[in-house]
Amino acid sequence: MNLNFTLIAQAIAFAILIWFTIKFVWPPLLNAIEKRQKEIADGLAAAQEGKLSLEVAAEKNAASLKEVKQKSAEIVNQAEKRASEIVESAKKVAKEEGDRIITSAKSEIDQEINRAKEELRSQVSTLAISGAEKILTKEIDKKVHADMLSKLAKDL
Amino acid sequence: MADGSYQSPSEYIGHHLSNNEYALGEHDLMILHLDSVVMAILIGLFSIGLIWLVARKATSAVPTKTQAFVELIFSFIDSQVSAIFHGNRHSFVAPAALTVFLWVLMMNAMDFLPIDVMAKFYGFLGLHEWKHVPTSDVNTTFGLALGVWFLMIFFGIKAKGLGGWLHEFFCEPFGTKIWVWPFNFLFNLIEYVSKPLSHSLRLFGNMYAGEVIFLLLGLWAATGVSGIFFSSILGAGWAIFHILIVVLQAYIFMMLTVVYLAMAQEGH
Repeated sequence: MNLNFTLIAQAIAFAILIWFTIKFVWPPLLNAIEKRQKEIADGLAAAQEGKLSLEVAAEKNAASLKEVKQKSAEIVNQAEKRASEIVESAKKVAKEEGDRIITSAKSEIDQEINRAKEELRSQVSTLAISGAEKILTKEIDKKVHADMLSKLAKDL
Repeated sequence: MADGSYQSPSEYIGHHLSNNEYALGEHDLMILHLDSVVMAILIGLFSIGLIWLVARKATSAVPTKTQAFVELIFSFIDSQVSAIFHGNRHSFVAPAALTVFLWVLMMNAMDFLPIDVMAKFYGFLGLHEWKHVPTSDVNTTFGLALGVWFLMIFFGIKAKGLGGWLHEFFCEPFGTKIWVWPFNFLFNLIEYVSKPLSHSLRLFGNMYAGEVIFLLLGLWAATGVSGIFFSSILGAGWAIFHILIVVLQAYIFMMLTVVYLAMAQEGH
């Protein structure tokens, strides 16, 4: 085990190997690993962000759903109110119409009655006169009794 | 030893523990351990090259299983470094730690290859005296530790400036009074000498000792049937325990590299 020139040769080989590693081996490995680390970190951050935005979206959804429900309930209420209003007004109109029909019918009936009365009255007086004529042809002054009977007929 | 081609146990051990020497010059210091250098470079190219092949096509999308495995090692190193080193670790310290860990781990792991079988293989290739564990050669571990040592000084000067670094050399840890300067200097000198020594010798000692134990078990196997039986069982046990040592020593070497560089930058 003598120290000799081998020592220098090995030191030179050592230096060359270190230079080679620094130049060609270390940087690509370091780059690859650091890039991958960064990509993983970015991916995790993106995932976290996505999770957060999902939560926000879910909250928004819930809020808008609530709003929509409220609105639809309002609309239904309004519709119900409107429907009952329509029904009320229809009832009112129908009642008025019915009343009107009844009134007109009643007045028509009254007219008919009056006309019938008129006719009857006129016929009664003629009938009474003709009857009385037949009974009292001879003894009764036609003219005086006719006046009396027409007076009577008017009182009917 | 088992084939009886060695004359004595010491020859067997000596043969397996000596490096393939190539003389670059006359002086002893100009000797090159061809086996250590070639194996270290091959293992370095293999381990770092494999990681590079994956890193080249690294994608930030869903990774393949191979990439996931490489990223596992990457993240392990990165987390260890980030706990110790404060500052921009990606520009130097972390990739250096990755290099050290993988390279030392793979060099240590060569110890799992059975020595005598591999010796036959290398002999077949015409390579006699070929040690395939570069970290059991003190030149390798000291070369690495020395590299870290220079980096340590460079980081210290870069972080504090030359003046600040020298100031620390003379004024830490005992104070700024002029009469404690020599003690401070001595203290720091010892620290600067002991750091690379302990750094390199810890790894070298562990790997060398592991190899020696395998060799001793191989010697025992040459003594007969009972030797084969017991050395096989003990060899298996030692190999399993060695898995722990191989990984642990690579880890310790890497951690000390990071700690030394962090200390150099941050001061006492």
